Amino acid sequence: MLEWGDVNMERFIKIAKKIARNPTSLAGLLLVLFYVAIAIFAPFLAKPPYPDTPYQMPQSGWSAIPKPPSWQNPFGTTQGQYDLYYGIIWGTRTAFKVGIVVIGLALIIGLIVGTISAYFGGWVDEVLMRITDIFLAFPFLVGVIVIVAILGPGLNHVMWALVIFYWMTYARLIRGSVLEVKENQYVMAGRALGTPGYRIISRHILPNAIFPVIIQSSMDMATIPLMAAALSFLGLGAPVGYASWGQLVSFSRNWIVSSTGGNPFAYWYTIVFPSVAIVLYAMGWNLLGDALRDIFDPRMLI
Amino acid sequence: MPVTLLGLTFLIFFFTSFLSPYQLVSAYVTSPRELQAGNVDKIIEKYGLNQNFIFRYGRWIDGLVHGNFGWSLSLNEPVSKVLEQRFPATIELTIYAIIPVIFIGIWLGVVAASHHNGVIDQVLRVVALLGYSVPAFVLGLLLLFILYGVLGWLPPGRMDQWAQMIYYAKSFHHYTGIATLDALLNGRIWVFLDILKHLIDPVLTLSFLSIAGLLRITRSSMLESLGQDYIRTARAKGLSERVVVNKHAKRNALIPATTVAGLMFIGMLGGVIITETIFNYPGIGSFAAQAAEQFDYAGVLGVAVVFGIVTVIGNLIVDISYAIIDPRVRVG
Repeated sequence: MLEWGDVNMERFIKIAKKIARNPTSLAGLLLVLFYVAIAIFAPFLAKPPYPDTPYQMPQSGWSAIPKPPSWQNPFGTTQGQYDLYYGIIWGTRTAFKVGIVVIGLALIIGLIVGTISAYFGGWVDEVLMRITDIFLAFPFLVGVIVIVAILGPGLNHVMWALVIFYWMTYARLIRGSVLEVKENQYVMAGRALGTPGYRIISRHILPNAIFPVIIQSSMDMATIPLMAAALSFLGLGAPVGYASWGQLVSFSRNWIVSSTGGNPFAYWYTIVFPSVAIVLYAMGWNLLGDALRDIFDPRMLI
Repeated sequence: MPVTLLGLTFLIFFFTSFLSPYQLVSAYVTSPRELQAGNVDKIIEKYGLNQNFIFRYGRWIDGLVHGNFGWSLSLNEPVSKVLEQRFPATIELTIYAIIPVIFIGIWLGVVAASHHNGVIDQVLRVVALLGYSVPAFVLGLLLLFILYGVLGWLPPGRMDQWAQMIYYAKSFHHYTGIATLDALLNGRIWVFLDILKHLIDPVLTLSFLSIAGLLRITRSSMLESLGQDYIRTARAKGLSERVVVNKHAKRNALIPATTVAGLMFIGMLGGVIITETIFNYPGIGSFAAQAAEQFDYAGVLGVAVVFGIVTVIGNLIVDISYAIIDPRVRVG
């Protein structure tokens, strides 16, 4: 039986050691830490000209045509003279903000629904799982777009939409995991001793059922911000000028696709820098997720 | 399943209750002439948009059943007509995309597992990692950049100008709405090739992520089945490695892979929104994005209903095929 108190330090060090032993896992961890550092130190790495609205990308001029990298703009500027370097640095914060808020809220809803469903079973389980099925009857992005269309574009609305159509993943995961843990002898022992239900759930079941969720949420730290970026790309996410990777990529579209005349590589920086930022970010979290899965769930041979 | 469908429409409609009657008008009218000034209040009255939720829901479902999906503000056409024209294009795209996913994904998964921890396995691990980490809008734009911007080979859109002249001419019969099939049925081989050429980019974008997913699933279930006792028996009997892998291990490993492939088809339906938008492909995905951007509620609701129905049917097919492949499973 595990309890959070014993788990903390000792277990954490053990996990960290296991990650450090495998080069790909270590690479994942380092990438994630790198992005965490960028997000934390964003105000120092790219000083916002207006501290009240740090997420608004500064514009150096009004010309539509992107400018190549220079001393002033290390990564160049994109359409509308938005500084790419600034956008990528503060876009990291946006990605973390979206990931943490959306996954946190979805996790809370999923924990409540999944635990209640599995612990009580019977008609409660039936009703809750039917509702979950209905939410799952949409492709994720379609559901999200319906909500965004109704609420109107904007980053906060996108986050709400992502929560509304993502909690089911956690609910199902936790339900399955709780059903498994529930059958253990120590849970029965707890019941026989007359421990109240909420205490059995919080002290005995959840600490043991949480590991698949940790793995999943690490993977989701990659996918959820990318989903928000995709919506920004479609013009449904952050408003124009808001530091967001998806928007930077969508700005580049007009400059890299014109096949007629000129040098096609002339505006390479508008697509390359934001793309690299996005791909490395996702890669870091995915590698970390894989590493955690190897440690927590040795049955999966991935 | 009917419960899910009803719940689904209920859920979609529930979200619209956050909108004012004025915003909702477009989901009910059948032509813009009804939208003239002063008329709007009458329409609200007529369709009971100021009535209670259950009443409005009943009205809306009644409309859907009779094929009235409202008026699309973004395209100035009835939504039902837009869906009818664009849905076959989306189905065409997803079918072309799922074929390489199933064949390449499963094949690579089997190869990776049978060379466990070898060089090929490591390379495929990187491929899978890239598939997970490169989002569709980045991959699509990079493909467009390289294959069209730099090399000028694969332009976006559905077909070239000259092909459009033939495709939309009176003498061209639209038997199925699936453009490649229609071109073949009309004996227009060059139109067929042109449409195929325009499909390469979106198909690559759409299938790459799913190939990576299926590769991983197949690989892990293959590894699991290669570790079973009956595999050791088969090897002990002196069977060749090829027979062991193909006849004994693969059969069982394909069960989870098949289910996942079905789910991927559904996942792809969500992916078409981004892919179609990047490549200006006229399917319901790009329509959904456009409608959402232009506050075209009728369009968004219509697309959502169609996607929902397809998903529910798709899930049912997955369940049934699962029962056929694996006799241990019974459809409940």
